Amino acid sequence: MIEAKNIDFYYGNFQALKNISMKIEPKTVTAFIGPSGCGKSTFLRIFNRMNDLIKDTQMEGECLINGQNIYDKSINIDNLRKDVGMVFQKPNPFPKSIFENVAYGLRVNNMGDKSFIGQRVEESLKDAALWDEVKDKLNKSAYELSGGQQQRLCIARALAVKPSIILMDEPASALDPISTSKIEELIHNLKNQYTIVIVTHNMQQAARVSDNTGFFMLGELIEYSNTKKMFLNPEKETTQNYITGRFG
Amino acid sequence: MHKQKIHRRILDKITEKLLTLSGALTSIIIVFISVFLFTEGIGLFNTPDIEEGYALYVNSENRIDNLSPEETKQIFDAEVTSWKAFGGEDVAINVFRLDAIFNFYSENELGENYELLPEKLGEVISREKGIIAFLPNEYAPQGLQVRKLETATVTLEDYFLGTDWIPTATPAPLFGVLPLVLGTLLVSFGAMIIALPLGLGVAIYLSELAGNRERKLMKPLVELLAGIPSVVYGFFGLVIVAPLVQKAFNLPVGETALTGSIILAIMALPTIISVAEDAMRNTPLGMREASLALGATKWQTIYKVVIPYAKSGISAAIVLGIGRAIGETMAVLMVTGNAAVMPTSFFESVRTIPATIAAELGEAPAGGAHYQALFLLGAILFVFTLIISVSAELISKKRHS
Repeated sequence: MIEAKNIDFYYGNFQALKNISMKIEPKTVTAFIGPSGCGKSTFLRIFNRMNDLIKDTQMEGECLINGQNIYDKSINIDNLRKDVGMVFQKPNPFPKSIFENVAYGLRVNNMGDKSFIGQRVEESLKDAALWDEVKDKLNKSAYELSGGQQQRLCIARALAVKPSIILMDEPASALDPISTSKIEELIHNLKNQYTIVIVTHNMQQAARVSDNTGFFMLGELIEYSNTKKMFLNPEKETTQNYITGRFG
Repeated sequence: MHKQKIHRRILDKITEKLLTLSGALTSIIIVFISVFLFTEGIGLFNTPDIEEGYALYVNSENRIDNLSPEETKQIFDAEVTSWKAFGGEDVAINVFRLDAIFNFYSENELGENYELLPEKLGEVISREKGIIAFLPNEYAPQGLQVRKLETATVTLEDYFLGTDWIPTATPAPLFGVLPLVLGTLLVSFGAMIIALPLGLGVAIYLSELAGNRERKLMKPLVELLAGIPSVVYGFFGLVIVAPLVQKAFNLPVGETALTGSIILAIMALPTIISVAEDAMRNTPLGMREASLALGATKWQTIYKVVIPYAKSGISAAIVLGIGRAIGETMAVLMVTGNAAVMPTSFFESVRTIPATIAAELGEAPAGGAHYQALFLLGAILFVFTLIISVSAELISKKRHS
């Protein structure tokens, strides 16, 4: 359960998020949509404190995950990020073998011995629907894979440390339609085990994969509701205009 | 309109040709230099191993046919005093040089223009059983009892495995490059031991840990270090580092291999730092974020992702650093003490290849054995740097595939 309360976020003097509150239920897929620069990615990166890496930023408000404020001083950021995995817009495997890419999170968190790691790598690759394609070349460089395979490898990498939440920042925007549909299928299957939050540019994608959708514009959360309702019968006119393609 | 187009075309063509030409010219110059080094140097192995224009003569009863340069040196330095040492009879060696003729004959007896000199020399040699005479060819002695020692040419073994570099010794100069090669390797190795950890450490600090302000302050400083002329480093080494080394290790002299290594390390630092730092800063943000997003700490991200990603750049930094160290001349010449002896520790004076070339080429007669030996040294240095850059290329290629 993720609960954001009155979040404001600033890049220098620019306010990127304006008083956003939202609840995300466990084991659901939530999509964030909105035009470029609306703050949806910034908001996503609140949940694993990825924005901390950007200099000269400031956050106000509270973000609770399972009841605990992740911006509290007592929080260990590394543990938080282990629990809140992330998949990025561009596939970004490490310059290592396929196996080592998936094992990375386990190794840096000192999780398990050799046989455990081997087992978990296989599990994760299976969960990411990549196992059959790579099982014979686990020691080959991850860069030998196609873009779509690389992105699924990145998903497997995120799954390996067993997070409870997976954040996806436009995970299919750099991929071809076939790879995109594979990722969407994967998201559908992962929903049973994980809470997934996905940022997407593609409204059809949001409609296909998500249970709930949040529509952002100019740093504000305009509307947040059940996906079906949002696409069939939005409450606000701006939402209506956006999803019917009048702007954006 | 049409005319303008033609103009543009011609201009494009000319630019293109000029660029091609400059590329070709550079390649030709590089090939020319390497060929030049080798051709100038390779003649050494066709050069007689005693001073040009001279020969050694002995009494014909002497059983020795030839002497190696090493043996010749021992005789003329009076380290060996009996022919027995070289398998001859037990007769004392009597070393004879041209001026010694005046001990036997007055100037008048040698004729007006020394035309009787060869004959008289022959007489002397015939009389003395243990004699060895080092004489110019123009006064080659004549007489039945005189035998000229066969001269060999400088051998590969003498050159590459010889442990004495005494290029000005008469009658037989010694061109053993081993002490110089080892001196170069020792000093460069020491420099790398000091510079690599330090340089990579600073590079990591600058690219990963330093704030914007520190970086803005340090980067220009580091780059300034690269612009200091090497002779200034030499001064610094001579006046500051050498006495420090001398005191710290309680040595008789401060100009040691260690001093050279320290100065070279300082000189190689800017290259290593800026190349390695650039490589690490080029690691995509996505790669770092991916690592951090998996719960890796900042430090884990640095050594498990950033450094592996930047390793080809880092190895380039290392190679450039080593290249600088191996080829550096002036500063090393000033601080290492320049003793061309086999190095045994960091606390002794050594001499490097570039320092030898710089110090001696001016005195070596063009085309002579010494000159050729120096050119071959240049070729050896060239091969060293070639090996380093080729192996670095291979390493980074292998790792990338």
